[in-house]
This record gives sequence, structure tokens and C-alpha cells, in this order.
Amino acid sequence: MDFLRILGELMHTTLVFSTALIFTAMGGIFSERSGVVNIGLEGLMVSGAFASAVTAYYTEQAGFYSLAPWLGLLGALVFGLLVSVIHAVASITFKANQVVSGVVINFLAAGFTVYLVKMLFAGSGQTETLNAVFHKVAVPLLSAIPLLGYAVFYAYPTTYLALVLVVIIWYVLFKTPFGLRLRAVGEHPGAADTLGVNVSRIRYICVLLSGALAGLGGATITLTTTSSFSHNTISGQGFIALAAMIFGKWHPFGALAAALFFGFAQAIKNFVQLFDWAKSIPMEFLYMLPYILTILVLAGAVGRAYPPAALGEPYDPGKR
Amino acid sequence: MANVIRIMTKDSALVPLVAIVLGLLVGALIMLTGGYNPITAYTSLVEKVIGDPYSIGETVREITPLIFTGLSVAFAFRTGLFNIGGEGQFIMGMTGATLVGVKLDLPFWLHAPLAILAGAVLGGLWGGIAGYLKAKRGVNEVITTIMLNWIALYLANYIISRYLLQPGQQRSHLIRESAMVSLRALSEIFGNARLHWGILIVILAAVAFYIILWKTRQGYELRAVGHSPYAAEYAGMSVNANIVKAMFIGGMFAGLAGVFEILGVFHYQVIAAASPGYGFDGIAVALLGGNHPLGVVLAAALFGTLTYGSAGMSFGADVPPEIVRVIIGTVIFFVASHGLIRSVLKPLRDKRKTGEVT
Repeated sequence: MDFLRILGELMHTTLVFSTALIFTAMGGIFSERSGVVNIGLEGLMVSGAFASAVTAYYTEQAGFYSLAPWLGLLGALVFGLLVSVIHAVASITFKANQVVSGVVINFLAAGFTVYLVKMLFAGSGQTETLNAVFHKVAVPLLSAIPLLGYAVFYAYPTTYLALVLVVIIWYVLFKTPFGLRLRAVGEHPGAADTLGVNVSRIRYICVLLSGALAGLGGATITLTTTSSFSHNTISGQGFIALAAMIFGKWHPFGALAAALFFGFAQAIKNFVQLFDWAKSIPMEFLYMLPYILTILVLAGAVGRAYPPAALGEPYDPGKR
Repeated sequence: MANVIRIMTKDSALVPLVAIVLGLLVGALIMLTGGYNPITAYTSLVEKVIGDPYSIGETVREITPLIFTGLSVAFAFRTGLFNIGGEGQFIMGMTGATLVGVKLDLPFWLHAPLAILAGAVLGGLWGGIAGYLKAKRGVNEVITTIMLNWIALYLANYIISRYLLQPGQQRSHLIRESAMVSLRALSEIFGNARLHWGILIVILAAVAFYIILWKTRQGYELRAVGHSPYAAEYAGMSVNANIVKAMFIGGMFAGLAGVFEILGVFHYQVIAAASPGYGFDGIAVALLGGNHPLGVVLAAALFGTLTYGSAGMSFGADVPPEIVRVIIGTVIFFVASHGLIRSVLKPLRDKRKTGEVT
């Protein structure tokens, strides 16, 4: 097979696999940069995937065929945001241990979504298959570029949305007063408070944003690749996004790179088998590849990652 | 008796109790909105669990691995580490036990202990890898343990399919009789429920957890490192060595959970598409149990009872069993947000106190 074609296909698949991770990792950055650990990304993704499948299914039934995936996306955003309120209330208002609160999200989301799916779809463990899902869109002109055109400019709308969001989030975090306050709250809430920043309010906004974004991440999967929701639609991708966020050192571009890396490692798994020399490698080792690569890269090249200084600590004004 | 009353009315006992009641109430509310009858549902749950000796025995069996993985997560927590790797360590524990159980031919007094040891050590090493990478390379243990979960899943599948496969099946050969650790006499009392040595050993493990952490010098170091690594370093303790030790010991606990599922319950290991979930449940158990061995045992009991009983609930009241995870999640939420419960309890208690005076 032609090398360039394989390379193009590889990049193309990488983007497909990475999109959900990008959304979710961005959500994680908001929450953790403001000082709130978010182990609940997995549950928030599950919530988003569920809400998108259900919304898209019912709007499709109601006749809004071409709008259905977009409404699904919106449903995921809103539901992800609502679920994250639980995390915000527990960890910010009631100063619960943030890790515990995140685990709560994972439990509630896993249980409640499957419970509802069984109720709505006559006891079946998965939603009906969606007909109206996103299709790949070719960007005019740019998609005509050889190699790159197919690799990057023929993708799902969600992929473009994710890439644009990364830039916006970078801008918000590092170039706006809100971003400055957000980071201050995550590094030294006491100092931020002294300067008149409302620590709780900033953290609330950030946790809710993380819920909305992780919800979008989950929706990406149901609305592009699986076309339905069941208990194993997400199966650990929220944790991978969490890893991507840490891997990317809590920076939007870092997390983007990490998410692409994960997507790439997933994509490679599909392509290695095309080569004769790779036929003798057991499948299981190919499946392991992304995870082994991650550990090797982390241990070898990236090294220590320093989280925001106040990460995980409930803010207590009395200790200022 | 006065002691018991004092303990029971303390916040540490009252908060979880109130949380459990609230969790059940939230579950009932959700069932009501779904058009189910919560009273029928809860009655069927209880009937499923204590209806007959077999069910009681099986509930105990369900609780056992949860205690092990709960201890695993709690142990790491005490050292300031977050072990999301219970899944992987559990799988490696199963794999070690299956390998020794199938491949070796030894007298029973040697075979079973060796299989247990192999699984425990493999689980420990799997945790130890994450500890080593954290200590030597500064790699965040949250990432490594997540990655190691997946690697363990595929590695175990490879080992089974390559070396242990029962032809025509998606599982390993049965382990030899000499490696099985069923408690025959106890099983017979409980209607042939799958009871095994692990039920006794898990109690020893909880006691060992307590003794190691609170009665030994090593435990003091582990807790000191967990509390304040800088102070511990200043006091001449090796933070890095303690990180590796804590992850190894934690991994052994999770590994033992897997060991007894093989040697005591299933007697073979399947080629799995997804990880079994005990490691993640262990996180919830540890948190609910306040990272204390006694708390872990109690939390696992609640957790295991609800999980086992949920099947009865779906059978008796047609409620999707997943509602149990919502209940558990709610209970943990209220335990974690204890400030909420305390603020509700406080006026009640104050009223009672003034009542006593007058």
C-alpha cells in the first residue's frame, strides 16, 4: 500500500478518535485550573453520551431530522452541565473531598443513565440506533489539498468545533481577566479572595463548564461513531481524557497534543495489521500499544507534571 | 453497652446512617417518578439477600472482593496516593492464581498457598510499577494506574489465549482441584453458596491493614509521607521508598481480591472484553469507609448487599437494577458532604440537650 495514503488515513482516523478526548480534556482543564479535581469526567461523558442519544432519537422521531444531531449536542451540553452541579455543590459549597465527589458523579451517571434507558426503551440496555447522526464534511478548497485535505479537512463537524474550542479556551485562560482570576483561584485562592475575586463563584462556573464540555465529549461518540448509547459506550474514555489533561500539563495545547497522541495510538492499532511484518504480533499487544506508549512517553520524556497549587483543596476563608 | 451507645450517637456513625437513609429515600423517589413501587422493590431486595441460606452465603461472597479492593485503595490513600489501578491489580491477581492453579501439579497444602502468593505478588508488582514510576520518574500515578488497567486486561487475555485456553471456549482450563480453596463445610450450611477461604483471609487482611499502619514503625512512616511528604523527608524518611511500598501493598490487596474470585468462586478465568469493575467499586468502598479498615468492611457490606439484592429488585418489582448504583452514589454524596447532614442534625441535637436540662 502506498505510504502517503496510509499516512493520510492514519491522520484522518487519529482525528476521529481524538475529538471526544479533546472536548473532555478541555472540560477537565477548566475545573482543575480553578482548583477542583475532576475524576468525574468519565461520568460526565456518560451523561453527555446518554443525553445526546436520547435527545437526538426523540427529535428525529418528531421530524427534525437534519437538526437532530445538533439538538443532541445541545442536550448533552445541558445535561452534562446539570450533572456537574452535583460535583460543584458537594466540593465547593460543602467542602467535600473532591475526589470522592467525582467518584459520586461516576456512580450516579453510570446508574441513572442505564436506568433511564431501560425505562425509555422497554427494558433494553441500549437506545435505539440513531439515523440522523453527523456526517463528515469537506471544507471547501482546503479539502482539495493533497494528503492533508483528506486527513484534516474531511472530518466530522464536531472535530472542527473541538479544534476551534481549544484556541478559544487558550485565549480565555491566558488572555482575559476571567482567565487570570480563574488561574489565580487555582493557584492561591486566599490571595485571589483578598483581591476581591469571588472564589466560589469562579469555581462554580468552571466546574459547570467542565460538565458541559465533557458532555459534548460524550455526545461526540454517540453522534459520530456508535449511533447509540449503552453502558459501555464510553468505557473509560473519560479516564483517558483525564490522563490527557495531566499529560498535557493542564494546558489547552498540551492537552490537545496528548489527546491527539491517544487518538494516534488508537489509530495505529488499526493500521499496523496492514503490514506483513506485523502479522505475527498478537492482537492483544496491539491493543496495549496506546497505553504502553503513554507510560513510556511520560516516564521518558515528559517527567514531572505540576498541577495547580491549590488543586484538591476546598477553599476555607478562615485559613487565609 | 454505654460505649456502644456513645459510638452510635457520634457523628462518625450518625452521618453514614443518615446518608444511607437519604440514599434509600432518593432511590425511592426516582422509582416513584418512574412508576415503580419502591416498597415492593426494597422488600424484594431484602428478601433476595436474606431469603434463604444460599443467598446469605452468596451475599458474603459478593462482599469479600469489595473489602479487598476497598483496602487496596484505602491503603494508597493513607500514603497520599490515588490508586485507580485496582482493576489492573485485580486482573493480575486472577492471572497469577490461574497460571499456578492450572499449570502446576502440587499437593494441596502447597498448591493453593502458592497460587494465592503468586496472585498477590503479581497484583503487588502491578501496583509497584505505578509506585516506582511515581517515585523515580515523577509520573502521576493516576495516569499510570489507568494505563496499567488496560495493559493488564489485554495481557491477561493474551496469557489465557496463548497458554491456558480451554479449547473451544473463551476461557482458561479449570484450575486443579488441589488449588481450589472452597470451604466445603461452610458452603453446605449455606445451601452450597460459593464460600471460600478468602472470606476468612479478608478479615485477616483488614486486621493486617490496621496493624501495619497504626502499630508499626513502617506504618508511621507511610502515614507521615501521606500527611506531609516534605516534613517526612526532613525527618529523614525516604518518601520514594514509601511510595513504592504503599503501592505494592495496595496492589497485593487488590490482587488477593482477584485470586479468590478464581480459586474460590469461578475456578477459571475468562477472556474479558472489559475489566470487572471491582477496582473502581473499591474506590467508592474506601471513600465511604473513611479509608479505615473497619469502615471499609462495613461499606463493602452495604455495597455488596445492595448489589446482590438488586437482582431481586428487578425480579420482584421490575425495577432496573442500576438504581442501586444511584443509591450508592447518593449515599457517598451525603457522606462526603457531611457538612450538610451536620447542619441538619445540629438543631435536633441542641433541642434534645436543652430538653434534658429542663
